[in-house]
Amino acid sequence: MTIGIVSAAYIAAAVLFILSLGGLSGQESAKRAVWSGIVGMALAIIATVFGPGIGNGVVVACMIAGGSVLGYVVASRVQMTEMPQLVAALHSFVGLAAVFIGFNTDFEAARIAAMDEAARATLTGFANLLAHKGSVELAIMQVEVFLGVFIGAITFTGSVVAFGKLAGKIDGTVKKLPGGHFLNAGAAILSLLLLLMYVNDKGVWTLFLMTVIALFIGYNLIMGIGGADMPVVVSMLNSYSGWAAAAIGFTLGNDLLIITGALVGSSGAILSYIMCKAMNRSFVSVILGGFGTVTGPAMDIVGEQVAIDSDGVAAALDDADSIIIVPGYGMAVAQAQQSVSELTRKLRAAGKKVRFAIHPVAGRLPGHMNVLLAEAKVPYDIVLEMDEINEDFANTDVVIVIGSNDIVNPAALEDPNSPIAGMPVLEVWKAKHVFVSKRGQGTGYSGIDNPLFYKDNTRMYYGDAKKSLDSLIPLMA
Amino acid sequence: MKIGALREIARQEARVALTPDSALQLHKLGHECLIESGAGHEAGFSDQAYERAGVTVLGSAGAVCSLSNVIVKVRPPEPVDIERLTAGQTLISFFYPAQNTPLLEQAQQAGATVIAMDMVPRISRAQKMDALSSMANIAGYRAVVEAANQFGRFFTGQVTAAGKVPPARVLVIGAGVAGLAAIGTATSLGAITYAFDVRPETAEQIESMGAEFVFLAFGENQDGAASGGYAAPSSPQFREAQLAKFRELAPSMDIVISTALIPGRDAPKLWLADMVAAMKPGSVIVDLAAERGGNCELTKADQRIVSDNGVIVIGYTDFPSRMAAQASMLYANNIRHMIADLTPGKDGHIVHNMNDDVIRGATITHAGKVTFPPPPPKVRAIAAQKPKERVKELSPDEKRVREAATFRTQTRNQGLLLAGGTALLLVVGAFAPASFMSHFVVFTLACFIGFQVIWSVSHALHTPLMAVTNAVSGIVILGALAQIGSGSWVVVALSALSVLMATINIVGGFLVTRRMLAMFQKS
Repeated sequence: MTIGIVSAAYIAAAVLFILSLGGLSGQESAKRAVWSGIVGMALAIIATVFGPGIGNGVVVACMIAGGSVLGYVVASRVQMTEMPQLVAALHSFVGLAAVFIGFNTDFEAARIAAMDEAARATLTGFANLLAHKGSVELAIMQVEVFLGVFIGAITFTGSVVAFGKLAGKIDGTVKKLPGGHFLNAGAAILSLLLLLMYVNDKGVWTLFLMTVIALFIGYNLIMGIGGADMPVVVSMLNSYSGWAAAAIGFTLGNDLLIITGALVGSSGAILSYIMCKAMNRSFVSVILGGFGTVTGPAMDIVGEQVAIDSDGVAAALDDADSIIIVPGYGMAVAQAQQSVSELTRKLRAAGKKVRFAIHPVAGRLPGHMNVLLAEAKVPYDIVLEMDEINEDFANTDVVIVIGSNDIVNPAALEDPNSPIAGMPVLEVWKAKHVFVSKRGQGTGYSGIDNPLFYKDNTRMYYGDAKKSLDSLIPLMA
Repeated sequence: MKIGALREIARQEARVALTPDSALQLHKLGHECLIESGAGHEAGFSDQAYERAGVTVLGSAGAVCSLSNVIVKVRPPEPVDIERLTAGQTLISFFYPAQNTPLLEQAQQAGATVIAMDMVPRISRAQKMDALSSMANIAGYRAVVEAANQFGRFFTGQVTAAGKVPPARVLVIGAGVAGLAAIGTATSLGAITYAFDVRPETAEQIESMGAEFVFLAFGENQDGAASGGYAAPSSPQFREAQLAKFRELAPSMDIVISTALIPGRDAPKLWLADMVAAMKPGSVIVDLAAERGGNCELTKADQRIVSDNGVIVIGYTDFPSRMAAQASMLYANNIRHMIADLTPGKDGHIVHNMNDDVIRGATITHAGKVTFPPPPPKVRAIAAQKPKERVKELSPDEKRVREAATFRTQTRNQGLLLAGGTALLLVVGAFAPASFMSHFVVFTLACFIGFQVIWSVSHALHTPLMAVTNAVSGIVILGALAQIGSGSWVVVALSALSVLMATINIVGGFLVTRRMLAMFQKS
């Protein structure tokens, strides 16, 4: 294949990637969109493999075959509740690959610099490209390599830690080394110094040292962020993996890499922005950990938590015409989505209007609840976003809150001194009856008390969400 | 025990305290019922009907009184009634003890127990015996019907072949039970209904009945919860603001139904002569507070008068009695519930439990002592409410100004951002070589496309979005592929690893996306 055909294939791939992301605007078009992505990726890889300047075909074939098998196994075995972990794990691969490619570029550049003119003339592919770079171009390339490795390394350790936290292999609580963010800031400044030294040809050790520092930053940064902020973290890492790919694209002079990296980078950035907005917190405050400052004493909560048993909930559901279910991370933890779906099916069969209200930060991954409900065969047209359904709570008979806490906390709107004041929440308390399925009397991720549980129209339905719902389902007519 | 009902001797009183139905229920409690002959006649219950229900019909009030342990009636007793009472007898009726002190003392001297139906506390448990509410409900309904009777036009708006009829505009003052009943009746007749109350927490109830709450912007608003769910007197400033509002509304209102009462006081004058004068001829004012002097200055109790400008002012005080069958039924039920509470064993034995909040509150003389006024109830009638803040409606002008301002700031911000970005690019362009700049153009455009495309992704598909971007970012495989042909084994090894990982990413990412998307099913 000539370089012209390869370029044409790259252009087609870029267009297909854009279509693939754009198609995700609706559930039906998305099913087609994923094929655009697959075809685009296949085009790009085939054109590259069979294009000019690629050697070691056997190794390539083995690696692609091996990777495909592993990828297939992972994708078909993963539970939908484990999606956040999977996404985090895949990010770490991109990050690590970016680090390796950056190193390779440096090694190649060093190898070529040592060659004489005759040897250079025989070079093909990437090496040939490097050989023809001028001094300014080489300096820019060094910056690109450095950046690519830096972002890649942060993405790698960050994703590994995020994976550990999401998979429950690392304790999800906030852990900060002494010095906290000053440590990170110091490390970042040190990296900047190393960049200057690297560009001034002080040796490859600067690159390695920076890699170690960046790995540490990634680790320390994500360790300091709590479990429920993971939606933001995962989207941020998603963004980083994109920027790392773009940086590699610059290094290699490959426009397809640049385009794809930019698409992924902006996608992750937007997702982080949406998540932060849904928590009414700035991106910086999420990444640096901790909630808004408390400006005064919290409002006193009056009333008491009143418990209810399955019979009571069943009776209320029997009388209700419209029901809204608010799922949260607790539903995923208890693996209750099938029971929720079964309950929904029964209620709908009884002619009741059942809908789901999804807060943007419910769960541990943007859109996580939607996927879990879809897996349990809950039709997606009754699963609504916060903005679509928040007005309807006042006209709703029964709201069932399953494993969510902060996203239904009225203090966010009513108590200006609350740490989560101003965060948009699902206004479930406006409904006639609210049942909260919850394991115990503890507080949510933010650690603040939830006045919802003390409201007159709220009843606490204690117990494991799955067990509670399973005991409820036979009681429904 | 024997329960005897008396015939009402007050003029224009058609109600009766015992109906055949309630007598049947009282039998079930183990009581025996007596009634004075002709007591139910005006309410449509014949003596025969009572006899069929097992009630003993007696010829005179004296006979009923001498044979009964409990005497029930509607209106407050006259001195003659009290004279007949003996020690140990119980009288249940309206009493208004605060206004009828001499009667109260007389009853106490007679040694009788008196339960005043108007003193039943306003708590949830006592609602079934709250005769004031059940009578007020009837009065509110009847007031609208009476107004419709006097009003020469439709309540509902109509477009007929003969011409267009505008709907009547009704103002209800005081959103107590009577006011709310009036609102409900007026709206169901098709009128445009407005309602005013000094207690801002009634706004929700008013709006739920289909009327528009007349909002009075004033600093101090009453908390009705503090006064047991009733209105309390307001400050002179508040009163002025209130009157100004009424003055403003008067010319546009066809019907005014005033129900404003403050417990234990004369009715506040809220609809002054000048407001009546401002109304259109043919308009109707129904003053439910007429018995206490009326809310309208022109009101004369028990009379229908017509003002100089042709406004009809109705001051009847017997609205419940005008619907005697309905009123008797509800009142008799109230009485029956009260007696049921007094007969906890359902065995015909009356236990006067003075520790019971409801019974204690309603009892005004007991065991030879005056027990009025009762101690404050332990349970609050309604929970205290936070005053609602009204969002100020913006006028179209203000809106336009505000929109223009936001537009200007947005334009400015965007302009600044673009200028800054361009300056930055110029700096980069001045130093970077051409090959870098061409890639940079691609990068910038791709970022823009990314932002545009991702914003349109639906929230529900954010997880598939992450999975697909994951797969797509496996494009780094191109970099590894480009380097794998190198002569250095380290480079080859690292590239090979990168290819492996990137492939996992690509295959895993796409497959899991497909798996997820296939799960999204429409109902």
